Amino acid sequence: MGLVEVKEVSKEYRVGEVVVSALQGISLEIDEKAFVSVIGPSGSGKTTLLNLIGCLDKPTQGLIRVAGTDLTTLNRKQAAAFRGRHMGFIFQDFNLLPVLTVYENIEYPLLMVQNVPPVEREKRILDLLEAVGMTEQKDKYPDQISGGQKQRVAVARALVPNPQLVLADEPTANLDSKTAYLIIELMKRMRDQFQTTFIFSTHDQKIVGEAEILYTLVDGKLNGQQAGKGKK
Amino acid sequence: MGNLFKIAVRNLLRYKRRTLLTASLITIGVIFVLLFVAISGSFKNMMIGQITDSMLGQIQIHKKGYVASKENLPLNLNLQAKALMKLEKGLAQPEIEAYSPRIKFGGLFSNFAETTNIRLNGVYPEKEIKTVPLLTARITQGNKSLERGEIWIPDLLAKGMGVKVGDPVVIVATNQDGSVNGKQFKVSGVLESATGPGGRDGYIHIEDAMETLRMTEVEISEVALKLKDFDQLHPFERKLEGLLSGELNKMGKPIFEVHTWEQLSPFYNIAKMIDVMTFFIKLMLIAIVLISVMNVMIMAVYERIREIGTIAAIGTLPGKILSLFVIEGFSLGILGAVIGSSIGTGLIVILNMVHYRFDFGQQKGLLLFAKIYPQDILMISAIVILVSVIASLQPAYKASRMEPIEALRHV
Repeated sequence: MGLVEVKEVSKEYRVGEVVVSALQGISLEIDEKAFVSVIGPSGSGKTTLLNLIGCLDKPTQGLIRVAGTDLTTLNRKQAAAFRGRHMGFIFQDFNLLPVLTVYENIEYPLLMVQNVPPVEREKRILDLLEAVGMTEQKDKYPDQISGGQKQRVAVARALVPNPQLVLADEPTANLDSKTAYLIIELMKRMRDQFQTTFIFSTHDQKIVGEAEILYTLVDGKLNGQQAGKGKK
Repeated sequence: MGNLFKIAVRNLLRYKRRTLLTASLITIGVIFVLLFVAISGSFKNMMIGQITDSMLGQIQIHKKGYVASKENLPLNLNLQAKALMKLEKGLAQPEIEAYSPRIKFGGLFSNFAETTNIRLNGVYPEKEIKTVPLLTARITQGNKSLERGEIWIPDLLAKGMGVKVGDPVVIVATNQDGSVNGKQFKVSGVLESATGPGGRDGYIHIEDAMETLRMTEVEISEVALKLKDFDQLHPFERKLEGLLSGELNKMGKPIFEVHTWEQLSPFYNIAKMIDVMTFFIKLMLIAIVLISVMNVMIMAVYERIREIGTIAAIGTLPGKILSLFVIEGFSLGILGAVIGSSIGTGLIVILNMVHYRFDFGQQKGLLLFAKIYPQDILMISAIVILVSVIASLQPAYKASRMEPIEALRHV
């Protein structure tokens, strides 16, 4: 049994009188420590799939199980607690909290979500700061660092609670190609170092191949699974 | 909790101008309320002090039916010597600082050339001055002691009749049996008129009053009381009523009736009005705080929808998101309350240093001494903080109920 199981999942949205089918009968299974990319053109359902796996949304039909838990049965509070314990998120726009420093942004999940004791907290943050190469910038605020640095901090924030799964929705969309590549490399290195499963969506053909497994979505349907360049 | 405060304060500092404007609005509200409470409260207390300590006394005891009598200053409702003895036994209470028996009657005042009406109080001067210590402060001319054969007259009468200190005058009064008697007095003092009942009365020695009214033994119209602690007025009134309720006449009805100054002076209505105005001023403060904090918090939630989505996505529980915004409103309230209380208290101190004087009715040059009690500051601050929390509850609740996916999509 994989870490992530998606079985016959469909998702429909209602836009006024019109029902839009974002995902149709998706089934897939992702193992622990995998480095997976979901690719496809805009509107293909990548973000919807990640939101469903990330317990941010519920499918119209089907079953999603992460770490053995059926996500469709969780209420709001249980879903939040589950995300806090098992998942990390990396966003396209970095989504760092502007009033917190780099250090404090990484500290946030440990402090506000997991209540980790101070000594352990400090060790985990410093280790991650070093791992993502942001130790020097730890006291800076998000508006004082570059886009690439922000995404490094976001990667550290996603990893700091020791999640089993990190979901990254278009993590390189707002970065130049060199920085984008470096961020994907960093994520991969973090996967190796922390043994965390990464699922990221992208439509950037230059970094697609860095994944070990590629899922292609077209018009809300899974259009096959293939091994990426990054396969070990 | 410390981290919630840290984030809340930083978010407030993030929009400095808006926070400053809102905090200023709350601060100004707190300052005005404190000043109003201090000035109106002090004015009220000063007027109460003037009324109770310069003529009325804090509590008065009469024969049952005296106050409601259709007659003005009825002599047939005086307390007889036996009743007075019973009453004096009842007045041996530790709460009482002083009491003064009075004979009150109306008469004619003559300067040998013209005649007018006068209301008089026959008193034991020492007891009266202990009971109404500001009485002597009202003497603008003459002696501050009252001997037998002397009279203190109100200044309006002195001016109107052209009478000066040392002049002889005659008091003519109708006795209880209907006969008329007169007695000559020497004016030994002129009293400044005061607001309220008894503010334009004259004073003579009680034995002179008995002689004028041809009383063979002492009969008392009323006994005025001064308590050691004015704040104990109502508890002691109840206690006294309990003590005196057992004293019954031959018909089995109570001999005495007890009234506080509030039931005797029309100024009580003004005092109540001041209390009502203070209440409405506080309501206005509540409205200011409620609207300004709610406005800021609604803006804060609206501007930070994506941040709310982010923290919700990474696992922050709805209750913690609610706390984040409530603490922000709470901090705003604290900020306004602390600055407002500090400036308000400072202004009160400055106002007292300026020694501002004002006129009230016949009383000229009264010193305004604004006084604010710590409990008033605490209560006003508590109102501001509580209302700030209440005002931020709705926006905070809205933030905590946001679906992370919707919030993250917000542009």
